[in-house]
Amino acid sequence: MKKRVLIYKGFERFWHWMQAILIFFLIFTGFEIHGSYTFLGFKDAVKYHNLAAYLFLLLTMFAIFWHLTTGEYKQYIPTLKNIKAQLDFYLFGIFKNAPHPTKKTLLSKLNPLQRITYFGLKIILIPTSIISGILYMMYRYPTRHGIEAINIDSLEIIAIIHTASAFLMVTFIIMHLYLITTGDTITSNLKAMLTGYEEIEDDKLHPEIK
Amino acid sequence: MRKILLLLLSFGLVTAIIYGTLKSNELEKPHILILKEKYSKREYKKEADHSKFEILNQDFPNPREITKACEYCHNLTAHEIMKSNHFNWERVEYVKDRGIVFIGKKNAINNFCIAAQGNEKACAKCHVGLGLDEKGNLFTDPTNIDCMICHDNTETYMKASERGGEPEKSLDFKNIIHNVGKPKRSNCGVCHFFGGGGNNVKHGDLESIQFEATRDIDVHMAIDGVNMHCIDCHKTKEHNIFGKLYSLSSMNRERISCEECHTNTPHNDDIINEHTLKVSCQACHIPIYAKANATMIYWDWSTAGKLKNGEPYIEKDAEGNKTYMSTKGSFKWGKNLKPDYIWFNGTASHYLIGDKIKDPKSPLFLNTLHGSYKDDDSKIIPVKIHTAKQPYDPVNNILIQPKLYSEEKGSGAFWKDFDWIKASEMGMREHGMPFSGKVGFIETKMYWPLNHMVSPKEKAVRCEECHTRNNSRIANLRDFYIPGRDYSPLVDRIGRLLIVFTILLVFVHGSGRIVANHIRRRRTR
Repeated sequence: MKKRVLIYKGFERFWHWMQAILIFFLIFTGFEIHGSYTFLGFKDAVKYHNLAAYLFLLLTMFAIFWHLTTGEYKQYIPTLKNIKAQLDFYLFGIFKNAPHPTKKTLLSKLNPLQRITYFGLKIILIPTSIISGILYMMYRYPTRHGIEAINIDSLEIIAIIHTASAFLMVTFIIMHLYLITTGDTITSNLKAMLTGYEEIEDDKLHPEIK
Repeated sequence: MRKILLLLLSFGLVTAIIYGTLKSNELEKPHILILKEKYSKREYKKEADHSKFEILNQDFPNPREITKACEYCHNLTAHEIMKSNHFNWERVEYVKDRGIVFIGKKNAINNFCIAAQGNEKACAKCHVGLGLDEKGNLFTDPTNIDCMICHDNTETYMKASERGGEPEKSLDFKNIIHNVGKPKRSNCGVCHFFGGGGNNVKHGDLESIQFEATRDIDVHMAIDGVNMHCIDCHKTKEHNIFGKLYSLSSMNRERISCEECHTNTPHNDDIINEHTLKVSCQACHIPIYAKANATMIYWDWSTAGKLKNGEPYIEKDAEGNKTYMSTKGSFKWGKNLKPDYIWFNGTASHYLIGDKIKDPKSPLFLNTLHGSYKDDDSKIIPVKIHTAKQPYDPVNNILIQPKLYSEEKGSGAFWKDFDWIKASEMGMREHGMPFSGKVGFIETKMYWPLNHMVSPKEKAVRCEECHTRNNSRIANLRDFYIPGRDYSPLVDRIGRLLIVFTILLVFVHGSGRIVANHIRRRRTR
């Protein structure tokens, strides 16, 4: 028996979609600054990229706060359990209409592959982007009167790291967008992220009680 | 409850930070308005009516008598001008790897008429003294100061050609000395606009259009703008005028800068203000130069000396710019030019007469401007680069200074006899320099920093003219990273491959699912 359950809470959905909008915008303006194409003009691209960066920073701070206070961060602790089964599903099972090897529950919304990916995203990729981005924004030309120890001689390394993480982010988004369609139905994952509700097997709601 | 408090607290903190970062100080009166007010009120009030002085109401047979009359009252200023580079044509400079040297028109070589020495009689037309002899000796008697060339306010004073700096005899001297005052644009421009033998030949950003410039040409000197005169910026201390050009100067001193009036954070945008640490104001605000009349960009001495029916001749292009002169060679001109950009820290070295040429195959820079990204004193400045082909001695490897000017034929002067060997022999002998008897030609280059012809702010260089991969204005400055122009080709290639690979994977996996689904449905049917 299936039951409609609130799986993504209000703040979670707000955070997800704001993050989605900001990241799309940051990538769009960022690659213009990178010189890949011209759309807004360099000056406006920089202006709006920086503005979006501040908003993203703000959102991230709220998200960290939320994760820590609600304990939701535990969802992202990677596990090796079932990882082979999950890989098998994406490589073979999905073509045979096999069921998902891991069930979504309120306490475990993410499958093992998602856990590893999101862990990497949140602990490595986004922090790298943010830190290199802050250095990029705060970068000042080396001056005689600066403090020698914190003088950065060149923007080059900062900029290249920032660019590399942007490429990885684009790669993540492409995969992410595609994997939305691998839920119970093509649109069930998307619907869940929009409305917050998803139909989940009743008996799997609280597996630990069973 | 505690959670809500914490949340509110962090929210308040973040808002305060964002507000502090993003707000701009709109309340202050814009600095540019203060400057505009200052210069709209300015007027030159004369301190004395010189026509009332008895000593000036007589006929002067000799310009030296006029100087004497000036010095009768201004009896403490004569020695000032005699210490200045306008009179001495040289300065004491410390130059790296050379030490303390006198540098000036006497020992430097330029890219145009090569050098003044040996040609003083003609060159002295732009000397603030009444006499230079053929050996370049200054007449050190203070009566040889030419006060009128700078202080005549009638715009009628004129020096005679090839007379060592003497004025034309036909001038109305009484009118001139009754109307003396602070130097006007015409006093400075008559020499500085015509350096190199014609209007705008040398500088590119200083030319006769600035006698009556419009805002589009030069926002500072514009008669429809703030109408500034040369001396508004080029302040004078004891007849020593500040602001100088690195065709002859070497040290970082006595310069004038935009920042003195405009401060070094004149923009509302912090990111643009940050640029002023490494980018000069001129780099963005002089987007083009030679806006009204062409400036010379190439001078080839090697073609000089061709004659038609035994006579020297001149050719001109459609705009009236000389393209060939038998006396001087071939020229190329440019109008509305984009500057070149270099790093510059305010110091320069110069090729001085007698210096060995290291490599005659590559261009020889007559003035090397020092600077780099890593150097804290350096900024990017716009320059005009003038290229020439000049005579040199291929055996001794030194530049030749030929004898050019003479009054009569047969003296060996190139402009009369058109013989490189003879002119070189004469010129080098006058300098006490060796000459092997052979004349070759070498490419020489000279930097002319651009400081004038500032455009209205709407026409300033836009961000994407430098921050772009193709045709960046600063494409030649490669010792630093700028966004938009630079990137790591490796990271970009890997990144692009990764994206393509991911899209392919999605495509293959997705179509696999569609096909599998299709087959499954058919089976169940």
